[in-house]
Amino acid sequence: MTDVKAQKPTIAAAPRKTVFQRFMRRVQNNFRLIIIAVPLVWLVLFFLAPFFIVAKISLAELAIASPPFTPMIEWLDGGVVTIRLVFDNFAYILNDSLYFDTYVNSLKISVTSTIICLLLGYPIAYAIVRSGPVAKPLLLFAIILPFWTSFLLRVYAWMGLLADQGTINNLLLRLGLIDEPIRMLYTEFAVYVGIVYTYMPFMILPLYANMEKLDGSLNEAAADLGSRPTNTFFRVTLPLTMPGIIAGSLLVFIPATGEYVIPDLLGGGNVQMIGRVLFNEFSSNSDWPVAAAVAIVLLFLLVIPIIIFQYFQGKASQDP
Amino acid sequence: MYSRRSRFLTIMLILGLAFFYIPMIMLVIYSFNDSKLVPVWGGWSVRWYQVLFESEEVWSAVALSLKIAFINATCATILGTMAGLAMVRFGRFRGRTLFGGLLVAPLVMPEVITGLSLLVMFIALNQLFGWPGERGFTTITIAHITFSLAYVAVTIQARLTGMGETLEEAAADLGAKPFKVLTAITLPRLTPALVSGWLLAFTLSLDDLVIASFVTGPGANTLPILIFSRIRTGLRPDINALATIIILAVAICISIAAILMFRQQRADMLDQQMAAREDT
Repeated sequence: MTDVKAQKPTIAAAPRKTVFQRFMRRVQNNFRLIIIAVPLVWLVLFFLAPFFIVAKISLAELAIASPPFTPMIEWLDGGVVTIRLVFDNFAYILNDSLYFDTYVNSLKISVTSTIICLLLGYPIAYAIVRSGPVAKPLLLFAIILPFWTSFLLRVYAWMGLLADQGTINNLLLRLGLIDEPIRMLYTEFAVYVGIVYTYMPFMILPLYANMEKLDGSLNEAAADLGSRPTNTFFRVTLPLTMPGIIAGSLLVFIPATGEYVIPDLLGGGNVQMIGRVLFNEFSSNSDWPVAAAVAIVLLFLLVIPIIIFQYFQGKASQDP
Repeated sequence: MYSRRSRFLTIMLILGLAFFYIPMIMLVIYSFNDSKLVPVWGGWSVRWYQVLFESEEVWSAVALSLKIAFINATCATILGTMAGLAMVRFGRFRGRTLFGGLLVAPLVMPEVITGLSLLVMFIALNQLFGWPGERGFTTITIAHITFSLAYVAVTIQARLTGMGETLEEAAADLGAKPFKVLTAITLPRLTPALVSGWLLAFTLSLDDLVIASFVTGPGANTLPILIFSRIRTGLRPDINALATIIILAVAICISIAAILMFRQQRADMLDQQMAAREDT
């Protein structure tokens, strides 16, 4: 009895917890769960789930409605549920040579650009790795800076250089090297220049990160054992930088395949790429089911490269 | 540095830097061109800057873009940091593979696909719940957070892996609760990554054209949407002026951030050296 009496006042004297304190206690107790769940739910809701809706729309028909497609599931009178799956959009895309050629052309342009980025970016990354302690961070900064400036404006800068009366043609005319302007803007060449220019940092940075970790003594060992520099490069350096090459190549290849701005501004309708077709199908033609089907086929083409990229990213984030 | 750069590497480096910077330098020079035709030089002038400053359309686009970028950067940094912590510090948990995949995919997903899928998601949500209503500010911000948080998570993951777990383990051994460890040890040490993640999310948002074009509604023009609609028809001197201002602003901000982080790194290194010296 005395025990209970002694306890009572202490409970009453204890300050009541505010809403905030109770909330904080809850947060602390479910700490792990909250940290995982909040971003995961966000990504599922706004990144994963939308793909299923796109897939659903790709199986619908164009309709005069808002949004402009037929519903997949309809409740008819009498409680009958009908499910309509229309594969016409896929048949249309795959049979129409325009779409097929555009997919092929997009892949051709993105693969070629990736190779050019690799051939130019590899020596640049290697040169930075081999620079002195003062030059290295400055050079790295010089590579990263364009990556931070507006993508759109960097593409625009090339419009000024490549135009018929642009800087390059003006210079060549004044030097007397050409008599009339060379057509560069609104050609495939311009699209290549634009892609290589804007995606190059994405190639250089993973390569740099990979090369930076290389053990220089391996090269020395190879040289001591009588290996020529070219031989050392192909048998030691190149295989060791493979993870960087793959990560950089995929970072260029995957987004470049679906590129919209560069073919639109620098290709000007003369270069067909699938990202541009998709955008126009959606915005000008308002044919959402076909646009959705175009997106699904593009995703299907890119899903394997994306999985490979995820595999390498996962490995990179695991080992320090 | 284990050997000198060969001449070939030096030449490639110089050519590469020229390739990166000449287009932007030309863009800046031609913004001071008096002529109405961008490529025809008509003498030095700042008239296109005046045209720009008088344009209300430009100002409202700048205001909208900055507002979206600010909210996006803040939310994406919070969500991205949570994601980074979960991936690096929480060991195995159910759904980790899915989580990892969802964190990496936005980095490479073509923008047209992300944009289209977010748009149909917003329409579906609106039909079901009457939210988010008219497309514009809210939808663009949500779309930007979705891809920005992936970039922040990568930055945070790299820093978390790099700094190791010893201090956190020590704090936990001394009886600190996980939440306390996070606020007292992990977050303060993550500061450089938090800053660069925030800046990255901010610029990604300011830069985005394609995804914003898909999810925007009538009247909500961000700066890239405005710029794109003007340059689609060709070169515009006032856009050169706008580009110059943007490039200079970015260059200044990033330089300051880089210098601050470089100093921080050097201070960290000195601290570690001192600690190592005291140990011996």
